[in-house]
Amino acid sequence: MFKALALSAVTALTLSAGGVFAAGGEGGHVENIDFSFDGPFGTYDPNQLQRGLQIYTEVCAACHGLEYVAFRTLADEGGPMLPEEQARAYAEQNFEVFDAELDDFRPATPVDHFPGSALENAPDLSLMAKKRAGFHGPYGLGINQLLKGMGGPEYIVAILAGYTGEETEQAGTTFYENTAFPGGWIAMAPPLYDEQVEFVDGHKNDLHHLAEDVSAFLMWTAEPKMMDRKHAGFYGVLFLTVLSVLLYLTNKRIWASAKGKKTS
Amino acid sequence: MAGIPHDHYEPKSGGEKWLHSRLPVVGLMYDTIMIPTPKNLNWMWIWGIVLTFCLVLQIVTGIVLAMHYTPHVDLAFASVEHIMRDVNGGYMLRYLHMNGASLFFVAVYAHIFRGLYYGSYKAPREITWIIGMLIFLLMMATGFMGYVLPWGQMSFWGATVITGLFGAIPFVGEALQTWLLGGPAVDNATLNRFFSLHYLLPFVIVGLVAVHIWAFHTTGNNNPTGVEVRRGSKEEAEKDTLPFWPYFVIKDLFALAVIMVIFFAIVGFMPNFLGHPDNYIEANALVTPAHIVPEWYFLPFYAILRAFTSEVWVVQIASFVTNGIIDAKFFGVLAMFGAIAVMALVPWLDTSSVRSGRYRPMFKWWFALLIIDFLALMWLGAMPAEEPYASWSLIASAYWFAYFLVILPLLGVIEKPNAPPETIEEDFDAHYAKASDASPAE
Repeated sequence: MFKALALSAVTALTLSAGGVFAAGGEGGHVENIDFSFDGPFGTYDPNQLQRGLQIYTEVCAACHGLEYVAFRTLADEGGPMLPEEQARAYAEQNFEVFDAELDDFRPATPVDHFPGSALENAPDLSLMAKKRAGFHGPYGLGINQLLKGMGGPEYIVAILAGYTGEETEQAGTTFYENTAFPGGWIAMAPPLYDEQVEFVDGHKNDLHHLAEDVSAFLMWTAEPKMMDRKHAGFYGVLFLTVLSVLLYLTNKRIWASAKGKKTS
Repeated sequence: MAGIPHDHYEPKSGGEKWLHSRLPVVGLMYDTIMIPTPKNLNWMWIWGIVLTFCLVLQIVTGIVLAMHYTPHVDLAFASVEHIMRDVNGGYMLRYLHMNGASLFFVAVYAHIFRGLYYGSYKAPREITWIIGMLIFLLMMATGFMGYVLPWGQMSFWGATVITGLFGAIPFVGEALQTWLLGGPAVDNATLNRFFSLHYLLPFVIVGLVAVHIWAFHTTGNNNPTGVEVRRGSKEEAEKDTLPFWPYFVIKDLFALAVIMVIFFAIVGFMPNFLGHPDNYIEANALVTPAHIVPEWYFLPFYAILRAFTSEVWVVQIASFVTNGIIDAKFFGVLAMFGAIAVMALVPWLDTSSVRSGRYRPMFKWWFALLIIDFLALMWLGAMPAEEPYASWSLIASAYWFAYFLVILPLLGVIEKPNAPPETIEEDFDAHYAKASDASPAE
């Protein structure tokens, strides 16, 4: 009976996720990817985030925005960690923002945010890696996500690499077949190709590597404080475990005289 | 009913006497913290402390979040992102608050089912039970309105669907819904009032919690045997009880610390596991999400709401008899609130003379089935509204009502309960040898 109740608490956690996943939309197949930031001790790889930033700037930024991300955060610990000067130069050289005081556009400074999407039907990418869950089930129980994570970045990789090459036209809009997109047809033209972006350090730039790098970057834009959070979680768990042990011993000692020795 | 006889606070120094004759606040605190507590309480009696902790956690994190949050349709979503990105420690505050709601409901469900199993609702504890049900209702209202505040897609559409339930009430529904929303649809007025109420209701809960505690401090705690503490004399009562401090405070704190380890692991390592990805998309009145699903803790009642479609014969009869006033939608709403109402009425539905389920051989099985039923409803609430889930939801909903309205009243008549122990002391000593007097605590 108690097991049933204790279990109910655990099951509540697992089951509850059911709502989450079932509602995520029955998308196509999404493969799990071993990202460096997976798991309780996973961290962002600054080099990968910088490559992702480059891909975003050269490819995605043409249509999509990152309105919640400030340029200054590109220099933050636990992010792409550009040197401060480089972050300043990056903002200045790549983006213009509208300044209400000047009543004109001026080059972006570190305190500015990335611009929003340039195309009306291109969603902002700031939170894309948290807006989508790549994994569902089994049976809406959410156990997949418990083991592999929500699968947001995996979903982005699956979309970027999921084009079959088929096209169809409906009411003047071209749709492209995509194995990961719910419904199978997406309005975004295939954005990434093999060797589309060149890295100065000569890092691999086939489609799959590019997709992974930009997805990792978008995970950072969605959850920039992830590493701080995991630190806080780690110390929280550590201290609370010690506290639990101390309270267990105190409790045992206090009850010893009342209980005597266990007979059964 | 008089409380359990026990020592009371005796002011000693002049200053203490001076204060005590004017405001006996120390005496009140002493009586509260030293209250005689049945010494055989098991680990299911820890949830009250966990719930108190949750309430404090939610209020403290919530007050700080409110300092940075902007309740406006154009700014709410961005202000939450501002908390997540720019406010010092804001990401922790928000994730603690977000997952704190889940912990709150895990604890309240465990607390409620503990009461249902051990008959904690039975005389003389009906008032404690009813107050508890009111707190549960307010928690649901607070949780629901809090979920609207980030102004994501699920916030918006959840608010639309749930307030739409009030619209299903015949004759006054539409006017009531408009009054609740502050307009014809979920909009800025809705967000503002939900923010205001989300801030207010927790303090109403604090007041009700005080009454809840007052009530069961008057009747004394129930315990796993359901046998009352002997009250003939202080000496007799002391054989059945131990003071709340330090015995149960330390025990409860230990349990709380263990639960906190799990809670912190979730907040630190998988804070969005219990959330919904769609709520990271800003609210958009023009785009309806593929599935609108409430937070996990509402799912069992959401499943009951959806179970009664127009194809169900009970609904068809209700509709025919009332000449269409009770349609399927309103029937579902009645069923959902009814599911909570039957739970609130359980003190008068349970006819058994034995309080604790531990001594009720048949009840045990029906109760186990109720737990399975509750978990099944939770899962079904998350599934799309199609076969076979619709039929299963109907069966599971039917069992929920049958348990309270048919099984509990009948069991009291049919069942032959086992004999509970004479005293709490007897039950305690059956588990533990008497403390030897030769080894006093060091």
